[in-house]
Order: sequence, then C-alpha cells, then structure tokens
Amino acid sequence: MLILIVGCGRVGSSVARAMLAEGHEVSCLDEDPESHARLELGLDTSWEDAGGQFTVGTGLEIDALTTAGIERADVFVASTDGDNTNIVIAQIAKRRFDVETVIARILDPYRAEWYATQGLTTVCPTRTAIEMLELTLREVATKKAGTSG
Amino acid sequence: MAEQPGGGDYMLVVGGGKVGWNLARELIDKGNEVTVIESDRERFLTIEQELEHRVHYGDASELWVLERAGIARAAMVIAVTGDDEDNLLICQVAKDKYGVERVIARVNNPRNRQHFELLGVKPYVSATDLILRLIEREVPRYGLVHLLDLADAGIEIIDLLIGEKAQVVGRRLDELEMPKGSLLISVMREGRGFVPTPDTVLEPGDEVLAVLDPTIEEELTGYLGLEEGKGEPAPEP
Repeated sequence: MLILIVGCGRVGSSVARAMLAEGHEVSCLDEDPESHARLELGLDTSWEDAGGQFTVGTGLEIDALTTAGIERADVFVASTDGDNTNIVIAQIAKRRFDVETVIARILDPYRAEWYATQGLTTVCPTRTAIEMLELTLREVATKKAGTSG
Repeated sequence: MAEQPGGGDYMLVVGGGKVGWNLARELIDKGNEVTVIESDRERFLTIEQELEHRVHYGDASELWVLERAGIARAAMVIAVTGDDEDNLLICQVAKDKYGVERVIARVNNPRNRQHFELLGVKPYVSATDLILRLIEREVPRYGLVHLLDLADAGIEIIDLLIGEKAQVVGRRLDELEMPKGSLLISVMREGRGFVPTPDTVLEPGDEVLAVLDPTIEEELTGYLGLEEGKGEPAPEP
C-alpha cells in the first residue's frame, strides 16, 4: 500500500524508513529540503534507491500533495511539528482526496480526543507520555511500599 | 431607526492585533459583550489597559482557553489572528464542537481560501481580496486578475501605521522619496479608506497599504516609519 507521510522530522522519518523496510510504498512531503537527509540515516543507499519518494512542499499546497501521490495514497500520516497543521492537512486528505485512512499526530490531548470523534485517527504523544509516566511512578511506588513495608 | 448589527450578543474575538482590537472596540460601542483572546503576553498587557477584563491571555487553539472565555454561550466567534490555520480551526471547533451559530474567519493568504471552503468555515474575509476589489474599483486599469498574478511573481502588500514622528508626516506624496519598487495604494484615516493622489498629505495615525517587492520591505518600513536612531518614544509608565 502507498503511505504518504507529511512532516519528515524525527517521527515521520523513522516511521517512513520502517514502513519502507516492511515492503510498503512510502512517499514523504516536507517543506524543508534538508529533512531528506534524515530519511537516509542508517541506510546504505539513497532514500530514492531504497524505493522511497520525497517531495518538497507543505501539506497546504494542493500541487505538492498531488506530486507526492495523494490521489492514490491508501494511508495519509500528518506528522509535522504543528498540531494545527496536522489537523488541517488531515482533513484535506480526508475530505478533498478521500484517503481511506488518515492519521494525525496531535500533541494536545483534548483536541486529539475531539478530532478522533470527527473521523480522524489520532495519535497523541502527550497522552502516551502521561500514561508511561504514571505507570512508571506506580511501579516505583509499589516497589517502595514493598521495601518499606 | 435601523437596528445596529449584533446588539447585546456575546462575541469572542480571537487575535488582538490591529484588526481584532479595533473590531472589539466597534462591537463594544454597538452594545455587544465582547471578549478578546490574545496569545502574545506583551500585546495582551497593552490591550488590557484599555479593555480590562474584556481581554484574555492564551492560545485560542487550546480548547480550554476558548471554554474559559465562555465560548459555550457565544453567539459569534470572529477569528482574526495572523495565522490561517489558527483561524480555520478555531472557527471549526466553535461551530462543530460548541455549536456557535455564527463564525467569521480572516484569511491571510488568499491561497488558503479553498481550505476554509472545504472545512465549511464561512464566511471568511480576506484583506487582500478586499483591497484588490477597492483598487479595481478606484483604479480600473489595474485589473483584479492581473494583481493576483503579481502575488505569484514575488510582490506583496503590506499595512503600516504612520507614527507621530515619522519623517513622512506632513509631506505631500509627490514629495516623498519612496524606495524604488514600492507604491502606496491606500490610506485609512479615521476609519475611511481612500486611494491617495500626488497631493495627499500623510498624517500621524494614517494606516497605509503599500504594494512592493518583498526584498525592499525593510527599506520601505524604515522610510515610512521612524528614522533610524531616533527610536520610539518610551511607553507611558
């Protein structure tokens, strides 16, 4: 399947590499041409030789999305560093291009929850961090209670 | 007597820039209850001196900021920040999540209009479009289409406030040495806009729009603003 990833930072680029390695077709879009280098971290070949696609542009530019292959994408991932951008472009992918699965990374837990009810699949790193921290603290507390009790 | 627009409604104005602040003033004068939300601390403190409790500090992209400002009982939300994504999403949640009946969004970049349409945020107001319409009406030989093309060719329109101490105050337009590649296209004075003529004399407080090559923006703002080194008078304590 074709996965289009907009926002090629640490998160976007890692996911892109992993999906390409698992045999999917992957196209990345980022406004910063330099972010291409991040895709090649740990690869022996260039991103293109490995089978990936990279386009420079923003997710608000319809031309850039088209060049990146949005019209035949099965999955759209919005993973820029801005919540607002991710929410807007995810909705463009969904409503304008009818992409089947649209995933948006939204840091704000409250908004992640709300947009999840609006047809987007949302991933909230803040929520994950909160849960992990709480879990770790509970483990520490349990251990402490065990040793002192 | 004609009914005033609004009249006793609760309205949220998001963004306390020139547009938002002046809009809030007008709406308050017309008898509405208004809250402005501004995310820049400095700007917020400035506005607070005049509007007092009617301005809130916070990022209106965050839902709790909107809720604290009372979005649930707002009859209208007007998003006029300088960021199109903010304006778009604030209006979208206002309508879809909080059931606000009327929203108005400002579009800063006319290319983003299509996204406002797509997400159902209407009506939207684009200053660039309004100005282009004004130009088209006043100076018909500059067609609307032609000017829209210019935007792609690296030309921008900027909005500047003429300060009390600006070197251009009190001088006729044809006496000015405007940087090459720039043109004053409109003057807003006391709430009325007009297209300047060679004998127009600039006054302090005029809001001017200039069309220019983006590379000379600093030169132009320097020329129309304060002279280098003179500095802004210190704000009143």
